[in-house]
Amino acid sequence: MINKEVKNISEAIMGVQSGMTLMFGGFGLCGIAENSIMALSKKEINNLICISNNAGIDEFGLGLLLKRKQIKKMISSYVGENVEFERQMLSGELDVDLIPQGSLAERCRAGGAGIPAFYTPAGFGTEVAIGKEERDFNGKPHILEHALVADFAFVKAWKGDCAGNLIYKGTARNFNPLMAMAGKITVAEVEELVPLGELDPNQIHTPGIFVQRIIKGEIFEKRIENRTVRK
Amino acid sequence: MALDKKGIAQRIAQELKNNTYVNLGIGIPTLVANYIPANINVEFQSENGVLGMGPFPISGNEDADLINAGKQTITTMPGAAIFDSAISFAMIRGRHIQLTVLGAMEVSENGDIANWKIPGKMVKGMGGAMDLVASSDNIIVAMTHTNRSGKSKLLKKCSLPITGINCISKIVSDLAVIEVSPEGFVLLERAPGVSVSDIVKSTDANLIINGDIPEMKF
Repeated sequence: MINKEVKNISEAIMGVQSGMTLMFGGFGLCGIAENSIMALSKKEINNLICISNNAGIDEFGLGLLLKRKQIKKMISSYVGENVEFERQMLSGELDVDLIPQGSLAERCRAGGAGIPAFYTPAGFGTEVAIGKEERDFNGKPHILEHALVADFAFVKAWKGDCAGNLIYKGTARNFNPLMAMAGKITVAEVEELVPLGELDPNQIHTPGIFVQRIIKGEIFEKRIENRTVRK
Repeated sequence: MALDKKGIAQRIAQELKNNTYVNLGIGIPTLVANYIPANINVEFQSENGVLGMGPFPISGNEDADLINAGKQTITTMPGAAIFDSAISFAMIRGRHIQLTVLGAMEVSENGDIANWKIPGKMVKGMGGAMDLVASSDNIIVAMTHTNRSGKSKLLKKCSLPITGINCISKIVSDLAVIEVSPEGFVLLERAPGVSVSDIVKSTDANLIINGDIPEMKF
């Protein structure tokens, strides 16, 4: 067993530098690496390229990094719900690359799986296809999408062990397993760090080989973006 | 009289086929789940990673780790499955989902759809819409026939940046049910009390009208 456990959050984010490309798991505020984001927002690091399906809200998630103008470019599929994001985007301070959600997921998966690029029908005939190689397969048009990798990937899981094995809960899984694979250094924060041997090997979602650092998160606020109940 | 959002959702629910997998978009499409016919069993997929989505939770049972693609709190049905975003879009891209229902700003008579971007306005992104429209055999658009300024959303050619080409099968609007055929828009049904000429007036494209057009039945 290779022990991946780190003792505190500064050790978890150690080595993150200005100008780096970072991946953040999560869908909206569901399954985001709250502790790592909070710690990064307190460091003098900027010009970051952030790959994340969404960009948080004004006072939470990646909104914290946006507020401190630490992000140079966002690569996402949907970025509503954030006034500061909108202001920076419209003023030209922030560069934004919007890509179809399925292509974003697969590009991360491909990055981690050693596949440099793949063809997909998504975005053919739209502005997403501009400048991309096109090719027909079985009579249908496709575009070439390239893999994504990152200097660091920050993911959040429900349970983990010091070998870096991860189990997610509910739809908090989303992009986390894919980004875990695509990070040169993947930092996993978990709600429960359990003793080695306690996790059933049959139930592991992310095998520890993809995780370089694991930490039990100090605080998980787990905000709900759109609380909806039965009438 | 033109249908309201609920009416559009209720009419689309009649298109659901037994034992199929369905992806509902945000807005009017989400309401379709409220009108599933009694003899029909469908499984709802949400592209953030759940199959077998159930109704919203009762107050007090909301779980921050269980949401749909609209970031609303949800529940799961017995037999539900949870997966990551790559698997989710493998279901979509791999054409394992039999019906997709989504909203639109414009649809053209060759089946192009525009629903993600208005030039000059804040662009929020396409989310999963481009993947969904590129890989679904049956896509129904739920929308009002005209926009807020009264302009038709059914056009010869989309004026807004498109989300996908030649992909829409059917449109259910507040005025009509329209099939998108290789020949163009075919008028199938009228909303109760809406005349064919009302529909023609609100449609900025050629409308194929064969014989008497029946009213929608509820």
